[in-house]
Amino acid sequence: MLEVRHLSKSYGDTPAIGDVDFAVAEREFVSVVGPSGCGKTTLLKCIAGLLAPTSGEVKLEGDRVMALVFQEYSRSLMPWLSVRKNVALPLRRRSKEERARLVEEAVEAVGLRAHLDRYPWQLSGGMQQRVAIARALAYQPQILLMDEPFASVDAQTRADLEDLILEVRERYDVTIVFVTHDIDESVYLSDRIVVLGPSPTTVKEILGVDLPRPRDQVETKELPEFARLRAHVYRLIKREEARVAP
Amino acid sequence: MRRVAPALEVLVPLALLGLWAAWSASSDTFYYPPLTDILETFNETWVFERVGSDVVPSLLRLTAGYLIAVVLAVAIGIPLGLNRTARRAAAPIVEFLRAIPPPALLPLAIVVIGVGNSMKVALIAFVCLWPVLLNTIDGIRGIDPTLRDTARVYGVSRLATLPAAAPQIFAGMRTSLSLAVIMMVISEMVASTNGIGFFVLQSQRSFAIPEMWSGILLLGILGYALNLLFAAVERRVLAWHREAHA
Repeated sequence: MLEVRHLSKSYGDTPAIGDVDFAVAEREFVSVVGPSGCGKTTLLKCIAGLLAPTSGEVKLEGDRVMALVFQEYSRSLMPWLSVRKNVALPLRRRSKEERARLVEEAVEAVGLRAHLDRYPWQLSGGMQQRVAIARALAYQPQILLMDEPFASVDAQTRADLEDLILEVRERYDVTIVFVTHDIDESVYLSDRIVVLGPSPTTVKEILGVDLPRPRDQVETKELPEFARLRAHVYRLIKREEARVAP
Repeated sequence: MRRVAPALEVLVPLALLGLWAAWSASSDTFYYPPLTDILETFNETWVFERVGSDVVPSLLRLTAGYLIAVVLAVAIGIPLGLNRTARRAAAPIVEFLRAIPPPALLPLAIVVIGVGNSMKVALIAFVCLWPVLLNTIDGIRGIDPTLRDTARVYGVSRLATLPAAAPQIFAGMRTSLSLAVIMMVISEMVASTNGIGFFVLQSQRSFAIPEMWSGILLLGILGYALNLLFAAVERRVLAWHREAHA
């Protein structure tokens, strides 16, 4: 449903993305991993339409709605709006009843019902990111783009949010493109992983993750296949980093 | 400290007034009448003899000029803040106009607009425009890129721009308010038939020195009250900002 075709992006004369080519199927969970600074965020912004690619294209099947969740939750929520209004923000063209229902559902899905009338800055980091996720879900996207969404929260919260996203994915039937620099996270969550090389980045490998679902923070990570995939991706990225470093 | 502060805020001015009263009580200098005389005149003049004839016209001009300036400045500032090319093109013009000392425009304004209210309102608006305009431009430019991207993804850029820049716009409005009072007085001192500024100058010219003093006192009180009013509005509108950064 989503195709990234020979996409490249330069800032002036500085190439950020060399040539990236992959496709995402309906309801798939695809992670994009790569060494830091390789242009993962740039790629996601190109997919979201926030940046125009220098060449190549992002092809969407039909009229798909995309939502985007950023790493910096505190800066992507509107501090002047309550949780309820933040989540309702993208829904202003819907009817009042529908808006209320969508907000209700999304907030319920992320477990924030009790905090509807609080302000983002009154909430912890993990809860703020839940608000951002609820807002994305209420928008009812077919594709949810996530840019290192859990990189700024503590380990326990991170595990909770990872499981939350797997849960809401089922509930909302949404396709997810998930950018992360955390290899464990990518293996744990994904159906497939796109491994990128260093900047100007290209696709090094795309590998399928054949781990049983539902995933479990303890059991899944104990599986030999998890360890194998993890090691494989790790080596891919390390090897690329070593090649670039003098 | 919390208990002492409000007491000090009342006691210090009262003590100073007391000092003034004591120092001027036996004054027989024509230009420095006893404070009691000034207060008595104040009472006779401003409570509420000349409120309709001078205070109301002054405040109406001030309000009209100020509001015109704020609306214009925000309306011009938003596109300039969003568009770098427009900003560059406008910068020399803005800097030039802003550099003109507004009272220097008085003779021109009288010739072009006449001596009526429009001239005074126009001059007040001209003075107030620049601080709000520059702060609006800066505020819009300074909107967090993540916030901006989020608003774009959800198609709510228009909705998010103004509140995000509001704290800085208010800073400009605060500066402009003081300028508005100054310009109001200056414009009323030239070719005018009423207003507080007119009254102060007229009193001086007719050697009504206590009246002149009472007018100065009234201007001080008005400026102070306007600032309090502004602070109250700001506190309400920007409650989220104050608390988010507490």
